[in-house]
Amino acid sequence: MGTARRPAYALKDKYAIVGIGTTDYSANSGRTVRALAIEASANAIADAGLRPADIDGIVSYNFNDSAPAIAVATGLEIPNAGYAVDFLAGGNAANLIVLSAVAAIEAGLADTVVCYRAMNGRSGFRLGGGREFQALGPTQYTAPFGWITYPQAMAMWCRRYQIEYGLTPEQLGNVAVTLRENAVLNPRAMQRKPMTMDDYLASRPIVDPFRMFDICLETDGACAVVVTSAERARDLKQKPVYIMGGAYGGGPQQGDDLFDCIRWPDHSKNYSHYIADDLWRSAGVTPNDIDVAEIYDCFTYSILMQLEGLGFCGLGEAGNYIADGHIRRDGKLPVNTHGGLLSEGYIHGFNHVIEAVEQLRGQSGPRQIPNAEIALTTAGAMTCGSAMILRR
Amino acid sequence: MSLPEAYAKPVPVPDPDSAPFWAGCREQRLMIQHCDDCSRHQFPPSNICAHCGSGRLSWKQASGAGKVFSWIVVRHPVPKPVYVDDVPYVVALIELAEGVRMPSNIVGCAPEDVVADMPLKVAFKQVTEEVVLPLFEPA
Repeated sequence: MGTARRPAYALKDKYAIVGIGTTDYSANSGRTVRALAIEASANAIADAGLRPADIDGIVSYNFNDSAPAIAVATGLEIPNAGYAVDFLAGGNAANLIVLSAVAAIEAGLADTVVCYRAMNGRSGFRLGGGREFQALGPTQYTAPFGWITYPQAMAMWCRRYQIEYGLTPEQLGNVAVTLRENAVLNPRAMQRKPMTMDDYLASRPIVDPFRMFDICLETDGACAVVVTSAERARDLKQKPVYIMGGAYGGGPQQGDDLFDCIRWPDHSKNYSHYIADDLWRSAGVTPNDIDVAEIYDCFTYSILMQLEGLGFCGLGEAGNYIADGHIRRDGKLPVNTHGGLLSEGYIHGFNHVIEAVEQLRGQSGPRQIPNAEIALTTAGAMTCGSAMILRR
Repeated sequence: MSLPEAYAKPVPVPDPDSAPFWAGCREQRLMIQHCDDCSRHQFPPSNICAHCGSGRLSWKQASGAGKVFSWIVVRHPVPKPVYVDDVPYVVALIELAEGVRMPSNIVGCAPEDVVADMPLKVAFKQVTEEVVLPLFEPA
């Protein structure tokens, strides 16, 4: 693990998520990203028992594939958006935007903030289908060799882990199969067909060592949450979900963009190793205290690195940890109880925050983890990322 | 009149930091940035040293020897029309003898024959009139 670099987090339990909203998840929404963002945000505001006029901040992240925060604020008819920010970022920012809302409220820039991610990730701009097809800046050293897509980037990390620690196809398959078991119980999930290990092993090879079922879904849809002070939260409709702590960051030599990991020192350790100390210290809890974990799973392998990085098991041990059933619904660390990005859908990781809140409110229906009190959400797979610890 | 079919894959667009690297490739020389203060190499090139922050950087010809740090075998072509005739192909992160890592293709052997730490040597390939790529093959 990295070394904690920051003073103790001063905001523990001072802020809360008070509303959540989503759209349908589909392969072809037939709608603008702006419309998706407005629908999810309006649902989150209504869920909190608020009206758009009660909102004065809005924040999101995107890869030039969304509607700007200010356009969504306008669409929602928010009369006074004192804090409207767009992060140009990948899924690594899913928790960062919530932490940014907390920071904005603490600083007096806003009082009640909507955070959203909206995308036509299958019918519109496909993150997994190849980046801009050119070799400029950092991509001049990768794209000319046919190293272009995120699955190709992450497979390179996974192979290095195999070299250092060994990793069987079945160990990756356990992740996909376990998450699908959860998705079967989730009416919002795009993939609810049961998956066996044989199904996994028979899935099409995409980029060794990844098969098709190692790679997350491409999804059209949106998610939103409302953040406000704990004091204000007490008067609202839903049981508040308090933000205990959080962290954002990465390790040394992150490269020039999210894809660039040429200089990254150790490809079996991702951002999670470097934020772990800050994360746990901010919330004042340890991995043993987590009841449910929504861990960024753009690929099966990314879960392994984060389990190790955040200290749920030792280096090189995640394959066996998962094979022993620990991440199953009845295991000691239920992971991605909604089916994850692999089976529920890929709203760029923000759907993990929605699921964590539902679990802590006890609203997850047949997939509810009994008495879930403390949840972990993570975001990011490679050199930088963010995480939060939430409680009911 | 039919023109020769254009090279369809992305070609590197040199910038002020990288121009000497790509110019070196055109002369079949693998040029790597070297810090005159801390004596370490770096790749990709930059205007300052990644190790000590010095701006005193020069270019040195690398030996062209390296070994496999990690590799992938691309089986599903993306974009499909561009790579459909190339799959399966190997992309590797190659650790050069000078201590830096460089992405490239491994050619001259079957994808199944690639193993960790396999010794490699650079092999230049001209792909357009202006562009020569540094590829690697078993040493």
